[in-house]
Amino acid sequence: MSSPTERPVSADSAPEQSAAEIQKSTVSEGPNDSPYGVERHGMFGVAGSGDTSGYGGLVREPWVPPAATPPYGSYFDELMANLGTAYSSLAQGVTKVVVDRGELTLHIAREHLIAIATILRNDPSLRFELCSSVSGVDYLGSTNRLHSVYQLVSMTYRRRLRLEVAVSVEDPHVPSVTALYPGADWQERETYDLFGIIYDGHPALTRIQMPDDWDGHPQRKDYPLGGIPVQYKGATIPPPDERRAYK
Amino acid sequence: MTDTTDAYAPSRQTTEGRVYNLTGGDWDEMLAQVAGADPLTEERLVLNMGPQHPSTHGVLRLVLELEGETVTDARVVVGYLHTGIEKNTEYRTWTQAVTFLTRADYLSPFFNETVYSMGVERLLGIEAPPRAQLIRVLMMEINRLSSHWVWLATGGMELGALTAMTNGFRARERCLDIFEMITGLRMNHAYVRPGGIAQDLPDGYDDAIRSWIKEMRTELTGVDKLLTGQTVWINRLKNVGWIGVEGCIALGITGPLLRAAGLPWDLRKTEPYLGYETFDFEVPTDDGGDCWSRFVVRVAEMWESLKIVEQVLDRLEPGPTMVDDPKIAWPAKLSLGPDGLGNSLAHVQKIMNSSMESLIHHFKLVTEGFRVPPGQVYQAVESPRGELGAHIVSDGGTRPYRVHFREPSFINLQGTATMSIGGMVADVIASVASIDPVMGGCDR
Repeated sequence: MSSPTERPVSADSAPEQSAAEIQKSTVSEGPNDSPYGVERHGMFGVAGSGDTSGYGGLVREPWVPPAATPPYGSYFDELMANLGTAYSSLAQGVTKVVVDRGELTLHIAREHLIAIATILRNDPSLRFELCSSVSGVDYLGSTNRLHSVYQLVSMTYRRRLRLEVAVSVEDPHVPSVTALYPGADWQERETYDLFGIIYDGHPALTRIQMPDDWDGHPQRKDYPLGGIPVQYKGATIPPPDERRAYK
Repeated sequence: MTDTTDAYAPSRQTTEGRVYNLTGGDWDEMLAQVAGADPLTEERLVLNMGPQHPSTHGVLRLVLELEGETVTDARVVVGYLHTGIEKNTEYRTWTQAVTFLTRADYLSPFFNETVYSMGVERLLGIEAPPRAQLIRVLMMEINRLSSHWVWLATGGMELGALTAMTNGFRARERCLDIFEMITGLRMNHAYVRPGGIAQDLPDGYDDAIRSWIKEMRTELTGVDKLLTGQTVWINRLKNVGWIGVEGCIALGITGPLLRAAGLPWDLRKTEPYLGYETFDFEVPTDDGGDCWSRFVVRVAEMWESLKIVEQVLDRLEPGPTMVDDPKIAWPAKLSLGPDGLGNSLAHVQKIMNSSMESLIHHFKLVTEGFRVPPGQVYQAVESPRGELGAHIVSDGGTRPYRVHFREPSFINLQGTATMSIGGMVADVIASVASIDPVMGGCDR
């Protein structure tokens, strides 16, 4: 984090301080963005008893990826300029730009995803031909906690770009990019399977990793690890995250 | 006795309820039922292949729709080896996660470990020492050979070339011997870790690897003599399972498949990492886009990997193999004993007998782990199967918030239908073998 006011330095502060050197972008609050994550205390999730572990004083707080302001550095400025020329309502489409660890992330409003992805793929000055990866992240605690993350590659210019679309659990709809990038087919199915993000327009959005009759979306942060109580010789073994305090 | 008319799953009524026979019924009866009165006019047949089938590379399941011998539709079903590796990493420390991820694509463990470790290092803002980086390159290139040997062995076996299998596995065994000498394990090494590698190379590594290189050259020449000019091998592979550059890019297919279609896209050259730009090697390509081209490209890649291994050996100089930061580096000073990898005796004696502070430090770093500043990175390396990417998110804690592997096996398998439809059912086997999927990586 870039300043102590943004995120108080915790007891074990060394990695946070080195983060200040990594983080080069200017900090400003992105629009409609609530902090990611939930506040946690201690290491082992023990509650209701005295702290014998010595880790009870540790606090992990929600965080916000800081929005970058131009100039972004590297090829990012040229990319953003070309994208702005090709797409007139870029200001509405891109809710936040993050430059972190030498990577450019565009947070996209979902109504604009297809239009922006089409331009990114087709525009001669951009040419992101390859949709390398589609996956999800669940930022439990923020309003739009489910993020659909796209890693695009421009083979022509040898550039990379990350798109992020955030939706809520109540309305987890994101337009499918399979028509633009057929390779996103299985990856969107996987993200639906594990996170419950519904990709509108996907040709066959079914589970791919979990069995077809599975309940729930296992990669969500409120879904326990294991989660299946095992019964053995009459005794019930709770799921792993309840056996020990893996929190 | 069958008493229903379902051609694909005959069933009968028993006292326990209806029992379905999934092994299929009598072939003639089935054909008669499917085709109606005239089996000659209607030959559509849905064939389930796998997930337990010797030629589907582990637990891949194919559902093929056949018109005689011709494939008219192909569906690929995956997920039979989903083990929740990505979810599990969220409940372990940053270092422990390596132990899970190395098991994802079990034929290329060093690539899994390295791509994850490089991602974590970028999140931390550190860089592994030069010697550790060279050793990572060394292990990855030896691993590329061992992985390609398994591709050749299993692919050859599936097409009936059993000598390719025995030779391939024999050569792969020699690669595993090198791994065992260096890491103590033949598979699932957890050798590359955030900050560097677990331990330095053992004595005598140089001679062992150089004689291994000689052996590999002999084995590769043997492959050339055995397969390259062989009529059956050529006829089974040429003009089979075609997919072009446009198809590859649209489907996200990378690696040898893309290079066999004609695009020299290799992340070691296009987005160099770990100093690959300083090594002298070629990116083999071919323009056939068929199974034959993939065979040619992969074998040529093995020759190139040997060149890189030799260059690494020439360059290796003594130095640290872990970052000089006691807040991150694993404290245990691992050493390789006759019973495998473990804490070095000197280290145990130090923390148990003489230094209380070392004991506390060891305990804290091993149980709690180190913290990684919040943020996300996407790190990619060129694995034997294509672009292996790690999308790693940290929330500032001692455990990964999210780790996603962009697995080339998973994404390349999407090309199965394109390669198979319109071809013969026997060519499906050749096509799947040429993709070289590893289901452990595909399903994670």
